[in-house]
Amino acid sequence: MFGISYEALVAVVAVAAIALYAIFGGADFGGGVWDVLASGPRRAQQQEIIGHAIGPVWETNHVWLIFMIVLLFTCFPPAFAELSIGLYVPLSLVLVGIILRGAAYAFRSQAYRAARLSQFWGHVFGIASIVSPFFFGACVGGLTVGSFAWTSPFALAVGALAVAVCAQVAAVFLTCEVRGPVRQDFRARGMLATLVLAALGALALGVAAATAPDVFAALRKPQSLPGIGTAMLLGFVVIGCLWFRRYNFARIAVSAETIAILVGWYASQAPYLIPGRLTFQQAAAPHETLRAFLLLAACGSALLVPSLWLLFRVFKSEPLEFVEHRGG
Amino acid sequence: MGTSLAFHYIFAAIGVGFPILLVIVEGLWLRTGDPQYYRLARTWSRVMLLLFAIGAVSGTTLSFELGLLWPEFMRHAGAVIGVPFSAEGFAFFIEAIFVGIYLYGWDRLSPRAHWLCSIPIAVSGALSAAFVTAVNAWMNTPSGFRNAGGTAVDIDPLAAVFNKAMPTEVLHTTLSAYVFASFATAAVYAVTLLREPANRYAAAGLRVAMLVGACAIPLQLIAGDVSARFDAHEEPIKLAAMEGQFATEAPAALTVGGIPDARTHETRYAIRIPYLLSILAFENPHAEVRGLDAFPAADEPNPLPVHLCFDAMVGCGSLLLLIGGWWAFVTRLGARLPGTWLKRALVAGGGLAFVAMEAGWMVTEEGRQPWIATGFLRTSDAVTTAPGLDVAFYGFTILYLFLAATLAWLLLRIRTDDAAQPPAGAVARAH
Repeated sequence: MFGISYEALVAVVAVAAIALYAIFGGADFGGGVWDVLASGPRRAQQQEIIGHAIGPVWETNHVWLIFMIVLLFTCFPPAFAELSIGLYVPLSLVLVGIILRGAAYAFRSQAYRAARLSQFWGHVFGIASIVSPFFFGACVGGLTVGSFAWTSPFALAVGALAVAVCAQVAAVFLTCEVRGPVRQDFRARGMLATLVLAALGALALGVAAATAPDVFAALRKPQSLPGIGTAMLLGFVVIGCLWFRRYNFARIAVSAETIAILVGWYASQAPYLIPGRLTFQQAAAPHETLRAFLLLAACGSALLVPSLWLLFRVFKSEPLEFVEHRGG
Repeated sequence: MGTSLAFHYIFAAIGVGFPILLVIVEGLWLRTGDPQYYRLARTWSRVMLLLFAIGAVSGTTLSFELGLLWPEFMRHAGAVIGVPFSAEGFAFFIEAIFVGIYLYGWDRLSPRAHWLCSIPIAVSGALSAAFVTAVNAWMNTPSGFRNAGGTAVDIDPLAAVFNKAMPTEVLHTTLSAYVFASFATAAVYAVTLLREPANRYAAAGLRVAMLVGACAIPLQLIAGDVSARFDAHEEPIKLAAMEGQFATEAPAALTVGGIPDARTHETRYAIRIPYLLSILAFENPHAEVRGLDAFPAADEPNPLPVHLCFDAMVGCGSLLLLIGGWWAFVTRLGARLPGTWLKRALVAGGGLAFVAMEAGWMVTEEGRQPWIATGFLRTSDAVTTAPGLDVAFYGFTILYLFLAATLAWLLLRIRTDDAAQPPAGAVARAH
């Protein structure tokens, strides 16, 4: 089709799905991180606004993950089998995190009159929100290093990086959810998280240089540099937007930054899906399947995009005035 | 995987069946302005919030477990059956979006717009059930590919979706969700009505639930009959196991109950009704029905669980039909209040619907063994080679039990909550 192979098209869809999950799912996990780290005089208000922001959208945000998995096993079945076997342990841990987190969120919201129970599930929610993205990052790191070494120093550094991305995205998104002093809390947290992310990014590069020379070389390939460079640049833009209180621009910049990180990573990996073992081309399902999948994805998106637009319009159009919302 | 699936099935069934109750009850509120219906809709949406959350995470778990537990199955079958899974993904996407809008949008949308948002939930819920069941039907009657020495070639994804077992199995499974959701809801309100016979709110809840239940259960028995006749033609081994039938007979008697013994090749302690199996399977009292002995032993499932689960499913289903008919006749479709014995029967109906649903699932899974995809891949060849499987199994089982206990406790609180106080603003909004 127009000189582009089905494999390439499906790979683009896959990277898009990962990016959307990183942004929306990441914001969701990051909300949990800030729930744990809530502090200062407005601690309770911060937690309340996080719950308010996540409520209507968290299930939708996590369908991106299901979509990624389904895409992987439909379009790249051998890669799915290899990843599942090789990353069995960290993926199971991610899964436990996701189960506990979803359950904890729902239980907490319905147990409001049983204070101790609500508190317990609040802790579970927060811890699971850190554990899941960490092991997710470790899976990606382990995949990148090769031979699924998810406990290698580089993989663990990527795990920490993933948690920082989530925290940064969430803090920036939360500045758009609320006005007043709580917004200033998240503004400061957004800038701080961006600095931490930059430091962890540098650390991950350093670890790669020291322990995984192949990965370090791949990250310095000419095709990887645009993505990584753009991500670094956008990090400064995020801090600038927050500094000058341009919250909507900050939201766009942080999303673009997340996409740039992933594009840089993908470019460093390409054409391999599993480095040294399987390329996208080798892992791909037959063309009949890819064609049916792409057709379905096009039709499905025609329904999905307007539905998502409605969801975000209903819940995300107006920041909350906190004074009115202070219920109890 | 079994634990996860059995656990997920409960929530998936509620995710499919429950929205239709919400569509009806909120529609009734808009039409009649009766605040009882508004209270029901608000309470049910709290229940839905909990159940849908658990259903969504257990569904995520399953999509992972396909790979974690059955990597070889997915390696061979992924390209063939991934497309209906993807379609299910989109249906679930739409469902999750509208569930979000519905549950959190009570104060942000006009009553009519809010009610309209409940319809896509019901539709996409039914569709996602249909797509997932299409995959299971494919495992029973694989099609849409050519088996070249254990590798699928010449793949036709559409033919894989529309495999032979798909229409009957989709119908039977989707209806099971409506039956379970409606009878389970009815049972909850029947308990309340036994304690407080004059509770109008509980009576309204019971009525809405049973209107759906009384429609779904006769259709379900017809769908079940169609499925069994399909099995007689296309999955004779499964039928033989379901019926506890070892010998090939013409005419064949129907075996009710009893314990199939795979060593002695007979079903002991059973009631046998002459000619009935031939009639049920082939509409001919003298038709030959092949027993398990007609097939190679290596391809046979263990008839003990299959036969017992099958009889449990049919027995519970028939009792539900009786209860549904009794309710429809005595209460004139809910116009009158049910009597004490009917209420007790309705309470039992909730449990029966649960047993029928889970037993039915056991029949289709156990009845397909030793294959994971009939004639293509054996279960033992599909399971993961990663170590530590039993640790994960016990871990997940404990986790699920823990979640189920918390959930049950919270649901009981919701019931006592709303019996104590009507939700604020309900009456004001009704006018």
